[in-house]
Amino acid sequence: MSDLVNLQVNGVAYPVQIATDRNLSGVLRDELGLTGTKEGCDDCECGACMVLLDGQPVNSCSYLAVQAQGREITTVEGLADGDELHPLQRNILATGGVQCGFCTPGMLMSAEALLERNPDPTDEEIRIGLSGNLCRCTGYARILAAVKATAVELNGSGA
Amino acid sequence: MSMQIATSVDEVLSAMAAGARPIAGGTDLVVGHRQGKAPLPEALVAIDRVAELGEITDGDPLRIGATVTHARLMTDDVVVGKLTAIADAAALVGSPSTRNVGTLGGNVMNGSPAMDTGAPLIVLGAEAELTSATGTRTVALDELWTGPGRTSAEPGELCTALVIPGRPDTSGSAYVRLEYRRAMEIAVVGAAAAVTLDGATVSSVRIALTAVAPTIIEVSGLDALAGRVPDDGLLAEVAELAAEQASPISDLRATDRYRRHTIGVMARRAVDAAARRAAGEEISVPVNRALGIGAAA
Repeated sequence: MSDLVNLQVNGVAYPVQIATDRNLSGVLRDELGLTGTKEGCDDCECGACMVLLDGQPVNSCSYLAVQAQGREITTVEGLADGDELHPLQRNILATGGVQCGFCTPGMLMSAEALLERNPDPTDEEIRIGLSGNLCRCTGYARILAAVKATAVELNGSGA
Repeated sequence: MSMQIATSVDEVLSAMAAGARPIAGGTDLVVGHRQGKAPLPEALVAIDRVAELGEITDGDPLRIGATVTHARLMTDDVVVGKLTAIADAAALVGSPSTRNVGTLGGNVMNGSPAMDTGAPLIVLGAEAELTSATGTRTVALDELWTGPGRTSAEPGELCTALVIPGRPDTSGSAYVRLEYRRAMEIAVVGAAAAVTLDGATVSSVRIALTAVAPTIIEVSGLDALAGRVPDDGLLAEVAELAAEQASPISDLRATDRYRRHTIGVMARRAVDAAARRAAGEEISVPVNRALGIGAAA
């Protein structure tokens, strides 16, 4: 069966006719053309598909799109303000936290949710915040540094 | 297939009476479907927007609504303060995203012998509240879980809450697990303990074990420990009892011998942490991180 679903993504309403069993990452990528969200393991393990649902990180590979009706969905495309990168995006480039880039959108979404909830996280809290995201390239240190740098920048402090 | 998004328990029960299956975070149901383990049910009813299922009510008994998420369990003042073992367990589940959508009721009704919140619920004396179109009943968890992934709930019954008796101030609880990594991990083995003290001596102790039997099991024969101090001798006996009563399997995660040995260690650590909490010591949630159990950072 298919349903006419209204998905609210990055502040834009997308009416879309989809089969009930479609996963959210597939609908974002294939129906809405928002290919920033990646599909890695398709098993809720790697975090490449992370999006925010009402501000909280969710593995969109394993979430049914119809269940996201009425929720505010945020994808990596929603981070930048026009041509101006989000501070997390700018900092992850500056620290060298991007290599192949496949994990980057998911990392950014987990980091964004963390900083919204906890603007001044400890190193341990950053590690926990990103613990659902795997990276095969960087060794994580530079990703952690990018989140830390963003927190410092947003707080205007050296904490 | 079809999906109805419900906003009241009555709507959920009507849909279930017509054959729909409930879904909350979908962290077992949808993942299982994507893995090809089990197709999605023909009809689903989403229960995660039913406000009354998401409430935590303090009192005697305490009541935790079925759709309370792991993220909330690990930070809620009532759960952390009075039902600490549940908070310990919730904090170890999956990753932040799993904990945001995964629910206590879902964990209970999925019936995995490796579920983290199961052993804490057993030692705290929790019962599952099952509601159907024809009424409500409460079921002890050792009667609910009948095998791996199996429960005694009838098809039209929804788990609406976990109901937990009030506890004396001189009690404490803890859950520890053996893990190979610190996130996105399932217990190799795990143990929960609830201890009530009378002065310096133990007046009651309950222990339950994770991933060493077809269901979560409770350790028997602990009455003899009443009246003793929780010292190394008592902890050694606890470890021996847990190992004896385990009936673990070998799989890719661990051999049966390794599980039988380590379940004793986990049981000893759980009782130690629960007794220390009962005595008023602050051990932060989860015990695994506070005491450095599991993989190193």
